[in-house]
Amino acid sequence: MTFDAAWAHSLLNPDAELPADLRVWNHSDPAIRFAVYRNNVVASLIQALADSFPVINALVGDEFFNAMTAIYVRQHPPRSPVLAYYGADFADFLQDFPPAASVPYLADIGRLEYAVIQAFHAADMPSLTTQQVQGLLINTEKLAQLQLSLHPSLQTLQSSFAIGSLWFAHQGAGNIADVQPEIPEALWILRFQLAVEVLPMSAGDCQFLQALLKGQPLGAAAESVIEAEFDLIRCLNVLLQKELITHFHYL
Amino acid sequence: MSAFNTNNFSTNGYELPASVGASLKPEHFASILHTPPPLGFFEIHAENYLVAGGPFHHYLTQIRQNYPLSIHGVGLSLGGQNPPNLQHLTALKSLIDRYQPAVFSEHLAWSNHGNHFLNDLLPLAYNQQSLNRICAHIEQVQQFLGRQILLENPSTYVEFTQSTFTEAEFISALVERTGCGLLLDLNNLYVSCRNHNWEIQPYIRALPLAAVREIHLAGFHREIDPMGEALFIDSHDAQVDDAVWALYKSIIQQLGPIPTLIEWDNNLPPFSDLLAEVQLAQTILDAYNTLPAKAQP
Repeated sequence: MTFDAAWAHSLLNPDAELPADLRVWNHSDPAIRFAVYRNNVVASLIQALADSFPVINALVGDEFFNAMTAIYVRQHPPRSPVLAYYGADFADFLQDFPPAASVPYLADIGRLEYAVIQAFHAADMPSLTTQQVQGLLINTEKLAQLQLSLHPSLQTLQSSFAIGSLWFAHQGAGNIADVQPEIPEALWILRFQLAVEVLPMSAGDCQFLQALLKGQPLGAAAESVIEAEFDLIRCLNVLLQKELITHFHYL
Repeated sequence: MSAFNTNNFSTNGYELPASVGASLKPEHFASILHTPPPLGFFEIHAENYLVAGGPFHHYLTQIRQNYPLSIHGVGLSLGGQNPPNLQHLTALKSLIDRYQPAVFSEHLAWSNHGNHFLNDLLPLAYNQQSLNRICAHIEQVQQFLGRQILLENPSTYVEFTQSTFTEAEFISALVERTGCGLLLDLNNLYVSCRNHNWEIQPYIRALPLAAVREIHLAGFHREIDPMGEALFIDSHDAQVDDAVWALYKSIIQQLGPIPTLIEWDNNLPPFSDLLAEVQLAQTILDAYNTLPAKAQP
């Protein structure tokens, strides 16, 4: 094994042998000193996940969270030094983590928290001016052909569980005891000005937005929605009020 | 002419002031803009700002208008087995181009294995082979960025049987060959000297002190090894230790005022406590400035 492979293996596997050729001036056990590095690596990455997934942490408690993320960190160390993007597959890990099976909504909460972080750091993009928006709305006969580019922070998330209500309860909005987790919820996640917003929408609204994000014009996107609950006016209002339209084009 | 002179990279017309700065933390963004604190500069960790947009860039852009900036990398893995990652280097260059920092610094350490980032500043053996390798990495980075970088001395907990240089000799050779500057972290120096029973003054005398462009001060955490000897952990979560303050005073008396950073990354105190540490360091710089001219070296 190369030097760095031996170190990486020993750092991520607490039962592995120490890398060769370590020296301690007083001939004390190098394992004690190597443990400082082992701890730095794992503890700092657990902290990075705690920073990005505070609701998961609160839902399962510190002890469970630390034990669970220690396993994740060792199996999925980051691939980039930019830790804002660490944990992209943490929700998938939670989905298949048997000790967490009693909390079936945990993985979708993880997806929501990751989406919130991505929205927070998404690129800045100026929205259309009021004048441009008025120009679009006057042109009613061409609205169906209107193709919109949307703010990079904008995402949808649909779950079989009440992940929005659970997430809001952990932001101090609503009482967690009143939340019935088994109710499906659909969300839009976006950044307006400097703050990330999580908006309760309908499954149809999410389908519509997904169609827009794929580049479909307004008319085709609205027609593509098969969910019963869909409110086109509400969707357009959010896009305008939250300044999410960055460019437009008539097909 | 030595390599030191031929690698005279531009600092883009900016220099850190010879005063005391502080780590910039998102927790303090709003208060800094509301009441701009009296300090010389801010330092950021590059990797925290390698994101596309959002509040971090919003606040940094405004704070940058009022303060000189130092960008400190923690993920380039200069001490690694492989050359610095080109994608990461490209992202760093964009950040540097955007914010025009007075200095860019990195560590004498490694953190990458293959595609994996281990998120710690890991140690390496000091020998001819590693010297050649790291010189090549530093030269590559300086060429790519078109500027001198500063290299920070590490805090370490183990040594290697394959080392044939002392740490200070190794740093001296790196600086001599690449023309990089030295970011002298006095907390790291103290922690490493105590952990490895190195004598502090000979270590300092062996360093290329003329290349020191910035000093770091931070707090550490005391543990002991199985023989009851010091095992100090570089934790950046406390006030600067008295022993490190004493080293700082003596270095400033020797070198004159050097831009100095109070690093505090974990267990963040109220901003006022951080400013109190900045003030302590500034008092030491000011004491040098008010010395009679003939007493200055």
